[in-house]
Amino acid sequence: MTDKTPVEYIIETVDLHKSFGNLHVLKGVSERVRPGEVVSIIGPSGGGKSTFLRCLNLLEIPERGHIFIHGVDITKKGVDVNLHRRKMGMVFQLFNVFPHLTVEQNITLAPVLTKKSTEKEAKEAARALLSRVGLYDKLNEKPGRLSGGQKQRLAIVRALAMEPEVMLFDEPTSALDPEMVGEVLDVIRELVHGGMTTVIVTHEMGFAKEVSNRVLFMDDGVIAEEGTPDQIFNNPRNPRTREFLSKVLQ
Amino acid sequence: MLERIVIIWTGYWKMFLGEGLAITLSLSATTVVFGAIIGSALALMKMCRILPVRWIASAYIEVIRGTPMLLQLYFFYFMIPNSFVLTLFGWVHKLMILFGSEVTQRDFVKFMCIAIALIINSSAYVSEVIRSGIQAVDRGQTEASRSLGLSGKQTFFRIVLPQAVKNILPALGNEFVMIIKDTSLASTFFIGDLMSVYNVVRGKTYLVMEPLIVVAAIYLVLTYVLSNLIAAWERRLKKGD
Ligand SMILES: Nc1ncnc2c1ncn2[C@@H]1O[C@H](COP(=O)(O)OP(=O)(O)O)[C@@H](O)[C@H]1O
Ligand SMILES: [Mg+2]
Repeated sequence: MTDKTPVEYIIETVDLHKSFGNLHVLKGVSERVRPGEVVSIIGPSGGGKSTFLRCLNLLEIPERGHIFIHGVDITKKGVDVNLHRRKMGMVFQLFNVFPHLTVEQNITLAPVLTKKSTEKEAKEAARALLSRVGLYDKLNEKPGRLSGGQKQRLAIVRALAMEPEVMLFDEPTSALDPEMVGEVLDVIRELVHGGMTTVIVTHEMGFAKEVSNRVLFMDDGVIAEEGTPDQIFNNPRNPRTREFLSKVLQ
Repeated sequence: MLERIVIIWTGYWKMFLGEGLAITLSLSATTVVFGAIIGSALALMKMCRILPVRWIASAYIEVIRGTPMLLQLYFFYFMIPNSFVLTLFGWVHKLMILFGSEVTQRDFVKFMCIAIALIINSSAYVSEVIRSGIQAVDRGQTEASRSLGLSGKQTFFRIVLPQAVKNILPALGNEFVMIIKDTSLASTFFIGDLMSVYNVVRGKTYLVMEPLIVVAAIYLVLTYVLSNLIAAWERRLKKGD
């Protein structure tokens, strides 16, 4: 295995394996994401989608395989994980906004603490971001008063405040009431149209079809099939993909 | 009966409140403050990456929580040498004398031995309160913070601890109420707390029940008021989110 790969890929994983105890969750995932690409990951629950996504910013440490970000192997010892994570925004299913901070502080905390921006710059940026997602009037509120959809929009701009190169979304709308799904997807859609490199795990098949350049079907710890949205949704070849789609699309 | 209770109260209220209650409260407050400090250190030790450090903290906590408080009082009362107390805390006694206190050196040493025993006992319980308060903070909070590129230390102090404090402070308040009651055990050594004063008054008046009822009422008012203050405070902390 060579250290460097051509840096035309922003993310490249090579033969990624991850187990929890005896449970082998990732069984060799090799995948590449180009700058500006939008990749959706679909698949049955328990297939390892979250684990794969979490490996990309080392929230889970894979026990075998490599992850190259811009050609640099971040699974190597001595890599500054924190520096690396700053370039990757992550949005979680359960929002994970900080309840003890105001909406504005949720956004400014990381840029200020990591010395990316001064307090003043961070506040200006936070206000601009909040206006963009229609939360400007909530600036000084605690997240406890926000709806699920508002929390998730906050979580997205909190990640954006670090000006990441890649955004990772782990089922960003799965915990939302149906009427709030749209407002969150709108924000992601706008981001994607702005050219953000995006990897999104989702059960919103319509959305995946609409925004993705590529769709990965992940099942039982491997990428069982991948292709353009048209290939995956209209012409799936793997019987498991077909079975999965027939279940979720009915 | 009621009449005699009133007599006891009018005759001895200064002794109950000025001596007994004062000592009970100062002993409890000292215990909870230092118990919290040592308890925090123990909690950190128990979450430490270095295995032997975790062992030491665990052993300490197990031994203290697994033996009776009265036994611990006896143990430290007889084990801690006077010279040790005086070397470490002699200045406190000198300070007290300077401020007009009439406490003898012997009583001071006695009081300190008891205080140390109570602190050691309380720290073991408090460390578990702190540890569970920290662990009750949703793991997603840590993950979100780390995913933004904040370090483990920044995450602990900026994200986890402020949220844990909201779980821990009210529990510490409740610990204070427990300690107030537990200090009565220390009256075995006549350190002048409420229960010790009861024994004195009983000896003087040859009445058993009446002074006991007075003391019970004082404890009850104290713990009732404190518990309600803590509950109100807890509601305010919760509302802050
Ligand atoms: N921290 C963990 N400890 C133990 N098992 C886990 C952990 N995280 C995930 N798993 C298990 O790994 C498998 C894959 O989980 P996950 O990656 O969350 O799947 P998906 O996101 O596709 O639903 C599941 O069986 C899950 O229970
Ligand atoms: Mg998942």
